[in-house]
Amino acid sequence: MMRAVSAAEIAPTTHAWAVHAEKLVVRAGRHLAVNGLDLALDTGVHGLLGPNGAGKTTLMRALATVVKPAGGRLSVLGVDVTGRGDLRRMRRGLGYLPQHFGFYPRFTVREFVEYMAWLKEMPKSDIPGAVQRAIDRVGLTDRADSRMKTLSGGMLRRAGIAQAIVNDPRVLLLDEPTVGLDPEQRLDFRELLRDIGSDSCVLVSTHLVEDVAAACTDVVLVNAGRLVWQGTTAELAGRGGADAAGDSATERGYSALLRAHRGQVSA
Amino acid sequence: MTTHPTPALISRYAAGADGVDDATVWAVEAHLESCAACRALLTGAVDPGTRDLLDRVADGIAAGITAGPAPAPRRRLRRTGVAVRVLPWLAVAAGLVLAAVLFELTFHSLPSLVLLVAPVAPLLPVAAAWSRRTDPAWELLATVPRAGLWLLLRRTLAVLAAVVPILAVAGWWTGHSPALWLLPCLAFTAGSLALGGLVRVDRAALALVALWSGAVVIPSLAGDRLPAVLSAGSWPGWVAVTVVLVAVVAFRAADHRRLGAGQI
Repeated sequence: MMRAVSAAEIAPTTHAWAVHAEKLVVRAGRHLAVNGLDLALDTGVHGLLGPNGAGKTTLMRALATVVKPAGGRLSVLGVDVTGRGDLRRMRRGLGYLPQHFGFYPRFTVREFVEYMAWLKEMPKSDIPGAVQRAIDRVGLTDRADSRMKTLSGGMLRRAGIAQAIVNDPRVLLLDEPTVGLDPEQRLDFRELLRDIGSDSCVLVSTHLVEDVAAACTDVVLVNAGRLVWQGTTAELAGRGGADAAGDSATERGYSALLRAHRGQVSA
Repeated sequence: MTTHPTPALISRYAAGADGVDDATVWAVEAHLESCAACRALLTGAVDPGTRDLLDRVADGIAAGITAGPAPAPRRRLRRTGVAVRVLPWLAVAAGLVLAAVLFELTFHSLPSLVLLVAPVAPLLPVAAAWSRRTDPAWELLATVPRAGLWLLLRRTLAVLAAVVPILAVAGWWTGHSPALWLLPCLAFTAGSLALGGLVRVDRAALALVALWSGAVVIPSLAGDRLPAVLSAGSWPGWVAVTVVLVAVVAFRAADHRRLGAGQI
């Protein structure tokens, strides 16, 4: 009989957190973009919030193993990525959408997602089905055979999300995924996030506070390379006083926490 | 050894009769999936109405398959999407070798340009095949499990498969021994991979091109004689260098797991 579940899927988890960073230091050029950050993430959709230059993209790149951390400890899916850990095993369970999503313009969406699935070492027989499912999930079914260069900005973003989720990653890192999506697509995207976040660790970097309020279970607030605050979306909404800047409770909570942190740092 | 269900059990299963508990139904179903003989028994056991329905469904699906779109053909060549990006650099390498041949055939007094160009001919396309500048999806590539020495070797071998025949034609045309153009070419390719583990492959390749041009090509053109490293007796040295560099590449395979070697 055919095996329905592979041995890798039922292997017991031997790590406490999907993502665990201690005193993490990551350089972006000469600048220390992430400087002594402590972070622990488990299953769920986590929103990574912070002002421009807070180190969100650099943190994402370090988690995605694009850059090697300059100091501290970082383990993803139980693999220590600062040392000589088994990056290959960890990368099989990783999905990543970079902020600047580079693609091959002459590839069709299907070819591109197929190529990424191959690069992610998926079993050959699973690739066509997984590719179709990923394309369906982001709503690009009718454009699956169009060349990438003919797609609009929002469609490219969705193709990027499709390549990230094609291997059913256990850690999904999305850097500004909602840029260029229209309001209806953003609703679908939030639905998709909730779906994936039910059994994987999803980290969504954004500066749109309303996306976080709607789709994330948990908020990670960073500023100047450090963790400012981590808690649930409801707690963030409760942090904002009436005098804080912002139009929604979440925005007020965000600005109040950020202001309090800046006050602490300068004091 | 599998025990086949009895024909009586199969006919009761087919009729959906009471008295067959769930566990037995699952066991029979699991067995039927893998046993053609028992499926044949099942065909005889179902009532004509069901058989008619199944026939109609099968016909419908078969008609749908013939009328529907053909399965998308697998295009293997597209897989190497980088090939398109490396093509201009392959053209540059080919042009360089062709120019060297023409130069050598025109000016007999000069030292052999083909031999001088051969070691570095594959380096420009190799640099282009594993560079952030030429691969738009490098940031994605840096995060995939397949990124590493094997993917780099695939691309390097693809480049060599294109460059070596060009060099072979050039070598045959100008009448040089393969040991003098092939071995240096392989040694420099292995060298750029070995050094590339530390400083990125594209930088390593360009540095080696600069080094070879500065230390060997220009002095030999100025001095009007081939250097000792390209003399007929030098091939054992090239073999040794190639073997050592290939060993270094294999030993330091882990260096290529990160495309960036730590820098952005």
